[in-house]
Amino acid sequence: MLLSEVVSSGPQFFYLVPLVVVFPLIGLLVNLVFGGRMSEKAIGIVGSVAVGLSFLVSVLLAFSLIDPHQGETVTILPWITIADLNINWSFNVDTLSVTMMLVVSGVGALIHIYSIGYMHDDVRFQGDPSRYQRFFVFMNLFIVMMMILVSADNYMMLFVGWEGVGLCSYLLIGFWYDKGKDGIGNAVAGRKAFITNRIGDFGFILAAFIMFWVFGTFEFNAVFEQAPEVAAVFPAAIAAITLLMVVGVTGKSAQIPLFVWLPDAMAGPTPVSALIHAATMVTAGVYLIVRSAPLFSLVPDVQYFVAILGAATAFFAATIAVAQFDIKKVLAYSTISQLGFMVSAAGMGAFVAAEFHLVTHAFFKALLFLSAGSTILGLEHAHHHLEHDAHLDEKAKEELHNFDPQDMRIMGGMNKRMKITFWVFLIGALALAGIPPMAGFWSKDEILADLAQPNPIAFWLLIAAAFLTAFYMGRQVLMVWFGKSRSLPAGAAHESPAVITVPLILLAALSVLGGIINLPTLHTFTHWLEESLGHMHAVEFAFWIAALTTISSITAILLAWYLYYRRYQKLQELPAADRPDDPLRPVLGPVFTLLENKYWVDEIYWTVFLNPFVSLAHFLADTVDWRFWHDWFHDKVITAGYNALSGLLAVQIDLGIIDGAANKIAEWVTTAAAKWRRIETGYVRNYALSIFVGVVLILGFLVLWR
Amino acid sequence: MVPIQYLLGLSAVLFTIGAMGVLIRRNAIIIFMSIELMLNAGNLAFITYARSHQSMDGQIFVFFVMAVAAAEVAVGLGLIVAIFRSKKSIDVDQMNVLGG
Repeated sequence: MLLSEVVSSGPQFFYLVPLVVVFPLIGLLVNLVFGGRMSEKAIGIVGSVAVGLSFLVSVLLAFSLIDPHQGETVTILPWITIADLNINWSFNVDTLSVTMMLVVSGVGALIHIYSIGYMHDDVRFQGDPSRYQRFFVFMNLFIVMMMILVSADNYMMLFVGWEGVGLCSYLLIGFWYDKGKDGIGNAVAGRKAFITNRIGDFGFILAAFIMFWVFGTFEFNAVFEQAPEVAAVFPAAIAAITLLMVVGVTGKSAQIPLFVWLPDAMAGPTPVSALIHAATMVTAGVYLIVRSAPLFSLVPDVQYFVAILGAATAFFAATIAVAQFDIKKVLAYSTISQLGFMVSAAGMGAFVAAEFHLVTHAFFKALLFLSAGSTILGLEHAHHHLEHDAHLDEKAKEELHNFDPQDMRIMGGMNKRMKITFWVFLIGALALAGIPPMAGFWSKDEILADLAQPNPIAFWLLIAAAFLTAFYMGRQVLMVWFGKSRSLPAGAAHESPAVITVPLILLAALSVLGGIINLPTLHTFTHWLEESLGHMHAVEFAFWIAALTTISSITAILLAWYLYYRRYQKLQELPAADRPDDPLRPVLGPVFTLLENKYWVDEIYWTVFLNPFVSLAHFLADTVDWRFWHDWFHDKVITAGYNALSGLLAVQIDLGIIDGAANKIAEWVTTAAAKWRRIETGYVRNYALSIFVGVVLILGFLVLWR
Repeated sequence: MVPIQYLLGLSAVLFTIGAMGVLIRRNAIIIFMSIELMLNAGNLAFITYARSHQSMDGQIFVFFVMAVAAAEVAVGLGLIVAIFRSKKSIDVDQMNVLGG
């Protein structure tokens, strides 16, 4: 059967939807149980094939939705039934969820294949090859949880996935838990991500409570049907639900004020950064807003707030990214910034634009992270070879000893040595910078076009963020790839193997072509999502916005070229002592230091929240718990009181009263018996006499007194 | 008819003699005989009142007392024989081992 026939005859594959979760689950179980006896290649293939099959099912689901776009809900099991609360394990197949499934499993499968090569080297550089198996188990678990998240048909099942991906994120950030600063740096980063996300999840849970209180159900369709009526009589409830959801979004999608975990999450292996912390998990918050579109549409004030929040995050993170030197940190702040674009768009009601940018961003940001990983790997290989080179002098050895493969200051001039990685990185950077005709241009342009009229503040913040995006990407490309090599490993790096470069090339192709899913005037993607989101007003392509963003991006790139190509080359000729490490540092002065230190947000959080919290915890532990409860209350009050009471009971009550009474009675009995025994003579006649006397007395009494 | 006072007086005299015999004498057989005397004094009193009240109840009582006395004699004489076998005496003052 030809593909066109399949499409036109419209077979329905909806019943297959549980398989998107089941396939990765099988992969995870196989690797978990048999992985110890399997070769690395086999483990990697099982993990990748599991996700690939999941992608295949997603494609079948997408075909089922082509004509008509009408989806279906597939219920497998009842989950919670308490009184009138019924929650099912049921999958919601509609155009929105299938879009997410395609992105998660498609990008996920490419990243899994990439990981086969990447982790092979990474586990050896980190010195523990046995963790190769664990990596794929965690990655498959992540796909399972992410699929549950995007395919849920109610908020509780979505929350299961939401927490599950948070767990996987924690596990994978701390994957090298014994590495990092002081040997616990990565573990601390994982903990930070988890706790920060918990704060956001708290908001989500509260939103769910209010939702149940108001609607009595968690099912998307039921909630959305009742929402207009509730909004008419009780608008505060909808506002509270959406605002608390936004708290969850700020945690999961790294928005102000909870974004601090995402840069630290770069402690995880690079494929993790690409899959979880760029392409999929962090977009869960955007998905939540888009999924809850009928709720958000009812509260314009909240929408306005979310749009400003997202735009502020986009701008704020973009400024930080300008002054970072770690190749992955730049991309991390860029991710926060791009998530700000999506949240801003989703907040303002441009749900399609947000989802569109989510998809294209998944392509090019995964591409950027993975090619950064390939770069890091090339440097580590070169470093490894050089270290075993006996002909090096002491100075070179010293340099190699302090080597950090993620520091852009030691890179440079690698475009000749790692050609494929260079070209795909360049494509990703251009897509992110929004240069036409790359994918990022179309999606970013649609967001800006949607925001221009309703929210000029967010619009201009995002224009500024887009300018900075082009600038920091230009800076990164020029620092990493152009100029002269600034260290020995950078001059000796080699291209990565095909298992790494082929996924990069595929992602590069998607980054170039991704825009065609929603070209202006065609609006394919808008019509595709309309079935899930309701009718969307498609904003037409505005030429002045496209021209403005393109010109500003090109200006930014030229500025970056001037600073980081021409000025940087000249700076290299200066002696090392008075050479600034970044040409922007002398220009911006203290502002650069401020940006380099991320506005000291972490330090501010430490001072404002964490230090008081730690002091409070110390106070509670040392003073309240130990000194008051333990030393005073426990030792003095309870122990002493108990001793006094038991002393009283033992000496006064037991010995004094109870024993005393028994002894006294026994004494009386002995004394009395000694006296009374005398009347027991043993002579029968004495007894007989006493009987007589007794009888006489009784008779006398009866006769005389009665 | 013999006046009732005489009969009751005789009964009282017999009873007093029996009681004195029990208290004063030490020979177990004599004490036993004295007990019989007291029982029969009681019987006489029963008979006297039965007659004066024209009722058969007292006479029936007497029969019972006589039957029980006969049984008592059998047991009592057995006891005395047993005591004699161990003590070689029937002096009740010799039997004071229960004295305190």
